[in-house]
Amino acid sequence: MPRNSLPDEIALPQSPETRHKAIIFDDLSISFENSNKVLDGISFELLRGETKIIMGAAGTGKSTILKLVPGLIKPDSGRIFTLGHEVTSMKEEDLFELRRQIGMVFQESALFDSLTVRENVAYRLMEEHDLPAEEIERRVVEALRFVELEHTLDMSPSELSGGMRRRVAIARAIVSQPEILLYDSPTGGLDPVTSTTIIELILKQRDQYHTSSLMVTHRLPDAFLMATNYYDVETKSMRPIADTAKRDVNTSFMILREGKIIFNGDAHALTTAAANDPYIREYIS
Amino acid sequence: MELISPTDFVKERVLAVQDYWQLAWRSIQNLFGHPRYFGDTLQQADLIGVGSLPIVVLTGFFTGAVLALQTSNTLQRFGSTSLTGQLVSLSMVRELGPVLTGLMVAGRNSSGMASELGSMKVTEQIDAMRALGTDPTKKLVTPRVIASVVMLFFLTIISDLVGLVGGWMLSTLLLHIDSNQYWSYAWQSLRFPDVVMGLIKPVFFGFVIASIGCYYGLTAKGGTQGVGRATTQAVVAASVLILASDLVLTRFLMILFPGY
Repeated sequence: MPRNSLPDEIALPQSPETRHKAIIFDDLSISFENSNKVLDGISFELLRGETKIIMGAAGTGKSTILKLVPGLIKPDSGRIFTLGHEVTSMKEEDLFELRRQIGMVFQESALFDSLTVRENVAYRLMEEHDLPAEEIERRVVEALRFVELEHTLDMSPSELSGGMRRRVAIARAIVSQPEILLYDSPTGGLDPVTSTTIIELILKQRDQYHTSSLMVTHRLPDAFLMATNYYDVETKSMRPIADTAKRDVNTSFMILREGKIIFNGDAHALTTAAANDPYIREYIS
Repeated sequence: MELISPTDFVKERVLAVQDYWQLAWRSIQNLFGHPRYFGDTLQQADLIGVGSLPIVVLTGFFTGAVLALQTSNTLQRFGSTSLTGQLVSLSMVRELGPVLTGLMVAGRNSSGMASELGSMKVTEQIDAMRALGTDPTKKLVTPRVIASVVMLFFLTIISDLVGLVGGWMLSTLLLHIDSNQYWSYAWQSLRFPDVVMGLIKPVFFGFVIASIGCYYGLTAKGGTQGVGRATTQAVVAASVLILASDLVLTRFLMILFPGY
């Protein structure tokens, strides 16, 4: 499937030094009505092809970070670069073009309840208006096959279980092969078996397509699964990385506490940080 | 219940008015941009126009009938019951047809729009739409505005006609006024400015109904309770705005057509 790109005629501000990074947060702060700062001067980067798992207690601003990336909400201060475009200075009309390169899986799936599964997954493709119906159908079936839900094409979201809805949301997010994927608690409220299925799909997307991803979760087992497993194309299943294997799953972690980043690094660095920081130790224990 | 300072209250209201005007203005700007959602517009036209037909017909009929009853009672004192058709016709076409149709459609559709869009808002479907690269004002608001304006125009014509029929039925069956007399007075009393006045109003009322319904829906917050609140507020605000704008429009049109 060809990747989308912003049409040339749309002159969006783009900075050359930020183009090779998927996401950059630069000294970003945001607060909501009647509350203290939800995010307080945070800075981090997501490299192209990297998967970053954002963890932290409830209310630390994890989901807010995801909504800031495509410009769904605006920060009070600081800058955000998404795919080289400074979203903090872009107008809403220009952001719609950029958002077509970003796939987002919402916490509660946010499927359109008046549309069928087929129409939900096809939504973005149909909005492009220039794709033939056969091509849309082929890509919808392909995306639903990826999440193993081909048989639900004509069902409505209300007929699906929570886990199935989450998988349809993933299919909707990946159908246009976006440059960035944002997962907001994709396993939240699901049983352990279904959660593992969802994580396996995210691993599959990470290892097959190397899409830059931000994943918010407060479930540590999910984070560890992501860091210690890879998707085996031959067996079509998730497999643990052997200690001797030099496989780089390109996955890092970020922990938030009271609106600030208290850890940002890979699994190895996290183990070291846990030894020195009692909060991180307690959090991951 | 939490108390709010008067300054914050005023700020909130001013901000709400500003947000409303921005949304209303964007819904108009979208008419000249792409993409255009013809399918959604037709679907809304069906929901608003065809769906509202029964209540508009019933309202028009009974209003026309009661107008005939009331006016004939007064006219009888002056021995001029023959003028019943004229009074029913002028009242329906100039004022009651557009206003009552507007209020009825507001009660039915402003609430429907507010609850539909409000439910989408609280379940993050609006955010999902934005994240998928679709402008909700183009996809959801503009089709509703176009459909409301166009359909209210035609619903008002139907309401006027049915109102005249209601007045005629009552006049002939109960008051024993001659049919030809009723219709000739009803027809001859109408002048071009009366018709223009009666058909400009629904254009504004249709815009108010859709833009208010969409505004309250898109700004709903606080779960299902918030959706319920938005629905109620939409109906109240749309009804009050219809009546207020009716006064302003009538005054403006009277200046535009002096002597009418």
